[in-house]
Amino acid sequence: MKFSEQWLREWVNPGIDTDELAQLITMAGMEVDAVDPVAGDFSGVVVAEIVSAEQHPDADKLRVCQVNTGNDTVQIVCGAPNARAGLRAPLAQVGAVLPGDFKIKRAKLRGVESQGMLCAGSELELSEESDGLMELAADAPVGADLRDYLDLSDQVIELDLTPNRADCLGLSGVAREVALLTQSELAAAPITEVPASIDGTFPVALEAGVGCPRFVTRVIRGIDISRPSPLWMQEKLRRSGIRSIDPVVDVTNYVMLELGQPMHAFDLAKLSGGIVVRMAKAGEPLELLNGQTIEMRDDTMVVADREKAISLAGIMGGQSTAVSETTIDLMLEAAWWQPLAMAGRARSYGLHTDASHRFERGADFAMQVKVIERATELVLAICGGEAGPTVDTRLDDFMPERPPVRLRRARIPRMLGFDMPAGEVERILTGLGLGVTATEEGWEATVPSWRVDIAIEADLLEELARVYGYNNLPVSHIHADLVMPARPERDLSIRKLRRQLTGRDYQEAVTYSFIDTEAQRAFDPELSPVELQNPISADLAVMRTSLMPGLVRALAHNTARQQHRVRLFETGLRFLPGDKELEQRPTLAALVTGRRQPESWTESGELVDFYDLKGDLESLLDLTAAPNRFTFRAAERTGLHPGQTAVIEREGREVGVIGTLHPHLQAQFDLAQPVYLFEVDLAALLDAALPAFTELSRFPEVRRDLALLVDKSVSAGELLANVRETAGTYLTDLRLFDVYEGKGIDPKRKSLALGLTFRDSSRTLSDQDVNKSVDQVIDLLIKTYNAELRS
Amino acid sequence: MDNLEQLANEGREAINAATDGKALETLRVEYLGKKGKVTDLLKGLGQLDPEERPRAGAQINVVKQELQALIGERKQALEAAAVAEQLAAERIDVTLSGRAASAGGLHPVTRTIERMEDFFGAIGFDAVEGPEVEDDYHNFEALNIPAHHPARAMHDTFYVNSARGPGETATVLRTHTSPVQVRVMESEEPPIRVICPGRVYRCDSDLTHTPMFHQVEGLLIDEESSFADLKGIVIDFLHVFFENDQLSVRFRPSYFPFTEPSAEVDIQCVMCGGKGCRVCSHTGWLEVMGCGMVHPKVLEYSNIDAERYAGFAFGMGVERLAMLRYGVNDLRIFFDNDLRFLEQFR
Repeated sequence: MKFSEQWLREWVNPGIDTDELAQLITMAGMEVDAVDPVAGDFSGVVVAEIVSAEQHPDADKLRVCQVNTGNDTVQIVCGAPNARAGLRAPLAQVGAVLPGDFKIKRAKLRGVESQGMLCAGSELELSEESDGLMELAADAPVGADLRDYLDLSDQVIELDLTPNRADCLGLSGVAREVALLTQSELAAAPITEVPASIDGTFPVALEAGVGCPRFVTRVIRGIDISRPSPLWMQEKLRRSGIRSIDPVVDVTNYVMLELGQPMHAFDLAKLSGGIVVRMAKAGEPLELLNGQTIEMRDDTMVVADREKAISLAGIMGGQSTAVSETTIDLMLEAAWWQPLAMAGRARSYGLHTDASHRFERGADFAMQVKVIERATELVLAICGGEAGPTVDTRLDDFMPERPPVRLRRARIPRMLGFDMPAGEVERILTGLGLGVTATEEGWEATVPSWRVDIAIEADLLEELARVYGYNNLPVSHIHADLVMPARPERDLSIRKLRRQLTGRDYQEAVTYSFIDTEAQRAFDPELSPVELQNPISADLAVMRTSLMPGLVRALAHNTARQQHRVRLFETGLRFLPGDKELEQRPTLAALVTGRRQPESWTESGELVDFYDLKGDLESLLDLTAAPNRFTFRAAERTGLHPGQTAVIEREGREVGVIGTLHPHLQAQFDLAQPVYLFEVDLAALLDAALPAFTELSRFPEVRRDLALLVDKSVSAGELLANVRETAGTYLTDLRLFDVYEGKGIDPKRKSLALGLTFRDSSRTLSDQDVNKSVDQVIDLLIKTYNAELRS
Repeated sequence: MDNLEQLANEGREAINAATDGKALETLRVEYLGKKGKVTDLLKGLGQLDPEERPRAGAQINVVKQELQALIGERKQALEAAAVAEQLAAERIDVTLSGRAASAGGLHPVTRTIERMEDFFGAIGFDAVEGPEVEDDYHNFEALNIPAHHPARAMHDTFYVNSARGPGETATVLRTHTSPVQVRVMESEEPPIRVICPGRVYRCDSDLTHTPMFHQVEGLLIDEESSFADLKGIVIDFLHVFFENDQLSVRFRPSYFPFTEPSAEVDIQCVMCGGKGCRVCSHTGWLEVMGCGMVHPKVLEYSNIDAERYAGFAFGMGVERLAMLRYGVNDLRIFFDNDLRFLEQFR
């Protein structure tokens, strides 16, 4: 909603300046988006008349004009296509200053003298258009200063209205608010009944039920549409961002801006039979005013005549019955379209109009007759003609209702935190147009037809708070019972996991939850991801089934910027389609590449490998209740190196995966160094152990080392698990302290060195005790792993 | 006895000249050993007159003890020198950097959310999370935003599924974290105090919008709670968040279908102190939060008695607040994950 400050002040004129006015409106909940001068900063521009326009002797596109400035005739060279004899247009005289501090001087254009510049609207920042000279009215006073003539000491105030305030989509509504807020006098709406001077009416039938219970029409015959709209009207329209078209269209737009009710004018000669308001037939065509032809759905209301649809109800008129320069007889229309029946309709046809904007939010159902009277008065004043009677066609059963709303006095302090004096309550509600009656518990308020948004007590409380001023309401601190919350010690917080990773030199990343289809397929081709119906772009089209693609993309962003050591982690949901329901699984993922440590005098520049990342992951598992529940099993996964990938299992159930990025993806993302990733379900990590003390043994420990050769294919993790199982209860620690393959041993085998530590809490272990355990282990190693003991 | 004095002098000189333990040991044997020079003198006492013996013996013993002591002192001095020399040789440059000294850091969004969780946690608000792919009911309907409500245009919604027929509801990416509040109200009895941090999605992407961002929304429902209490909590939070007790905060009437009265919250611009700058569009004010009293219909949807209970809700954009707190001037940089950016938040 955009309007001229002067226009508003015609309705209500408080003694505050523009800035204060804007502030006041904003703080009442109608945010002022912008306050702009209605024209650029210029001086020395007058209304001038082109007396003659001759072709420039040396330039095809220039004309040499003799221009009357009121007290002189000057020669102006002009390139505008509409420069013609008889046109009145703004002239920047020699010495004028135009916006941007552009000074007008005497000049020669292709050898011909020019004493000033004829101006386009855009050159004066009066309009956006720049298609030639600004055409002033034929009766514009030649020689007058343009600023005085157009009354340009004015501002355009632009409001960003919230959807509930349909009542302020007309100037009268804004004025009502300002009057109440400043306790100023509000001018009466300029509505006078225009008596009919002819009999003409046009039949109307309402067949859309609750969607359109009121349709008001009036026939006007014999108008002269060639007459221009008055300057004041053109200027007000222009300042509201609406272009002057012809007097009839201008009047309907003007009345809409003034009173908030959209209107339409039909060329009576182009209507056949009578008006029917009905639902469109599926597929029914309609050529709109903007030249576009649409096929309608049957959930859409239309205004039709006996032959066809002639207007898309409450949205836009049709081309076939539009007013044009040949129109002589009119039918004015003002209807009330139900918001629910309008909801989403304009948008569904790719349209958004001033009318649809208002009807969707809710127009004033008592305004239709008034705007017809107002428009009739204006049309007759500008174009002449004879008006028939106003015809108010209604379906009374479907007219909207505004039931009275009760307001309990006790609710005011309860909800607002302070007790507003009764007089203030009544002043505010009355000022908003509500009828207020005192009751035993408070008040009963009747709601005016223009306030669609007031239906319950909370709506009234909001109005009280809003008009009183939110910032005038008290501030308090709420009181609550001090109840100590449970904080289970067995819960491992995600914060602790994050701190562990940042402590191990990881930087947390946040990547988009939607990724491109190909990246998704590169890791989880067997899953069909959730697709967005309206993605913002192809690379943000599907919901991630893994956090890995996002991390790899973040890595690529960094390596493209000379960052070669990258350690990232992310937590967030991944979206796993299931048989019935989508699973949104909290997940932790990490990625490393590049040097093991930052470049430093202490480091040799070794690159990270699989075991660096695994160690970081194990450090997280160590925080959980029982790290031993987790096992790693060699596996293959799309996107990861087939020989360097393991699934992570917790008590046999898969909870994650760790591996090296597949070399072909590494090449695809243009990554020079190997990349290692893991991804693990957060839920598997979130339990911590409650420490349970065990007595410290006073007896010495015994350590035995075993060196053995096994086949390369033997899984060390599995072997260790078996050893731990077999070694008996005295075993307190088991270490794999060396792995060797290569020179000096069978090329098919590898050497493992195990350190076993034994201890008992009640006595010193004898050699015999330890030997027994070690022998069992050796037996296992030989039998199960075909191990060969080295001495 | 001239011999004795001469012997003592020689011994003193030799001991002082000795440069290592081995030389000292040789001297000890030479003078004080079983066949040493001083020992010889003692052995020779028998040849003296009996009345001279005690005096001569005493003199020799004095020398013997002196040399013994000298050897001991010299030995200690040499050992100390050796230790000092070794320590000097072991000197290192303590100003060199330590090994593997780097540490990572949290993303500024997480950092900011954790701060908020701490502030609200201290006054009894639990942090709750919920699904991001959400049904239309929880994201809109239960928040008093029915289908085709004009307020839906305020949310540029990403759709996952449209409703295919009666009884089916559409699925969307949640446009705010308010649906988590609905889920809390459905499952818990008042009093309720929660904040809901998390990712939200809007189909909008330009200089100042990213299709994904984060919100923290709060909800309090209790028998006694008023707009004045809401103002108190919001003002406290903003003062604590920006660590500025003098920060001006104003409440502007606004509209959200799920609260009434509703307010936008502005703070005095933290970049220019309210004087007017590019960041605040020369208004001196920055819009930072939305809030309001929970709409009675929203309470009813979740079967909470709107006569007995009242509540308030507030919500804020995490990136927006992080930008103001840390002076970040580009929203999109939050999701580039450029290390040069992330490392500024260690």
